[in-house]
Amino acid sequence: MSLLSPVLAILLEGEWYDLRDLGNPVGELADQLSDWGAPDWVPYVVSSILGAVGILIWLVLSVLAFIWIERRVVGLMQNRIGPNRVGPNGLLQPVADALKLVLKEAITPVGTDRLIFWAGPVIIFIPTLAVFAVFPIGENMILADLNVGVLFLIAIAGINTPAVFLAGWSSNNKYSMLGAMRIIAMLISYEIIQVIALLAPVLFAGSMRMSDIVEWQADNAWILLIQPLGLLAYIIAGAIETNRSPMDMAEAESEIVAGYHTEYGGIKFGFFYQAEYLAGFAVAAAIVALYLGGWRLFGLEEWVPGWIIYLAKLYLVFFIYIWMRGTLPRLRTDQLMAFAWKFLLPLMLANILLVGAEVLIWRENDLSAAEAIPVIAVVNAVLAVVLVVGWSRFLGHGKGKQKGRPAILTQEVGRIFYEPVSGGGN
Amino acid sequence: MDEPGIVIAFWVLSVMAIGSSLGVVFARNLIHAVVFLVVSFLGLTGLYVTLSADFLAVVQMLIYVGAVSILFLFAIVLTPRGSRDNEEGFLRLPALALALVVGALLVFVALDTNWSISDRQGFEDTATLIGEALLDKYALPFEIASVLLLVAVVGSIVLVRPEPAEEGED
Repeated sequence: MSLLSPVLAILLEGEWYDLRDLGNPVGELADQLSDWGAPDWVPYVVSSILGAVGILIWLVLSVLAFIWIERRVVGLMQNRIGPNRVGPNGLLQPVADALKLVLKEAITPVGTDRLIFWAGPVIIFIPTLAVFAVFPIGENMILADLNVGVLFLIAIAGINTPAVFLAGWSSNNKYSMLGAMRIIAMLISYEIIQVIALLAPVLFAGSMRMSDIVEWQADNAWILLIQPLGLLAYIIAGAIETNRSPMDMAEAESEIVAGYHTEYGGIKFGFFYQAEYLAGFAVAAAIVALYLGGWRLFGLEEWVPGWIIYLAKLYLVFFIYIWMRGTLPRLRTDQLMAFAWKFLLPLMLANILLVGAEVLIWRENDLSAAEAIPVIAVVNAVLAVVLVVGWSRFLGHGKGKQKGRPAILTQEVGRIFYEPVSGGGN
Repeated sequence: MDEPGIVIAFWVLSVMAIGSSLGVVFARNLIHAVVFLVVSFLGLTGLYVTLSADFLAVVQMLIYVGAVSILFLFAIVLTPRGSRDNEEGFLRLPALALALVVGALLVFVALDTNWSISDRQGFEDTATLIGEALLDKYALPFEIASVLLLVAVVGSIVLVRPEPAEEGED
């Protein structure tokens, strides 16, 4: 009984049952621990470990679920069935895949740099997990509410770049190396876009802390409304980071086998696969927190737990990525780089100048949110359309320019076909 | 510095930073040297975190781990024979002498300085303070740095741009 009484104390007192915010029970436990005279660091460590374990369990379950959902949905989009043999409706397919990856022999090819070859998947996994610490899943459900949260998001993703290089280089395979080089060029180019896009929410909220940005959106308006162009750029740049289909040059099977992880098999490939999925969730989580109002939904958070709202929004955004993957064709490397440097970068620079001016005018004149937000929303929406259309016309992507110009292939074929006729003396 | 957690973190991170810095010097393979360098940068990042300089820590991670290491890797890969090994060059003795002189200088400065411990607590929000300092007190160096970067960007474009004569032939 003496062992049970502290447990009973927690169960009878406090608001541990308030599951609208999973931070409550953990907070109660931490308070109890400090009441019992534990050192300062014990409640902190216990709540951190509980939070981290919770996030890990959620991530594993989400990845398993979405492997099935993605394959079925993409199957439907492409007029085929998708996996439907293992278990009811193929529900056990992800489990079977995971078992297969774990049980497969871990082959290390000849001539690889063994240490770095093994380190690659591990290094790539750490930042993709660490990034989940800063997302405000609920009011008290942030593992680490850093005051540089948004910057942390970008910085921790930057660790991926050397990891990808090391994985590609150590494989002793030119296709791996090419894949690594491609993905590094892409990651670095789109990292710039990402940083400039994320500056807009930071400027509006006046803070890099994730929870402050969510609060600002609750007080004023979702940043989606006032930053449509920034959101679009962030979605595109996020697709690069997750290495998903319109931008999956790194593993363009028809060109360079499977990119930087060509030589990886078994559980080591599993790490890369899982890391890509987690990066997808991370980008979706960032979009939800920074552009879609986080865990709030027009007062619905009073009735539905905030973390359920957050996860619903997250899965919705992730579904858009699945949709893109099922629909859009792959871009060429040079097209993608040109798109980043010639199209998105000038637009984002113009956008950030605009946002800076707007924030300055807003603060200098002490306007209220009700006055400023509608004007800013309209101006930004109009300017987004004008900038996208105008800049693409300027670059020659508009109507008319390419109309009637025969494709190069037809010209080549035509020359082969016609030349003997005219040159043969007929 | 008295909390046990901070002390443990300080020693672990210091060993990580210094040990991997030694690895950079002694690694035969240059790519391994860069990996050690990245670990060393991460150790420094951790040290900044223990000093509650979180903005500096994140920027260290963003710039050194994410960007500078890639620069080194590309430099090694693009240099002929560079990625093979950390060979002993003919500058071995001068380098040793220089390293000894620099090391002696640093040790002298460290021993000679009167390290005082300030009473004031750490800053709550370093990012805001750094931003204000950069755009207010140190606006000129900040602008000079951005002009320097612009010059570098323009210069790299000029370097890789095809000659006008070649363009005419096309």
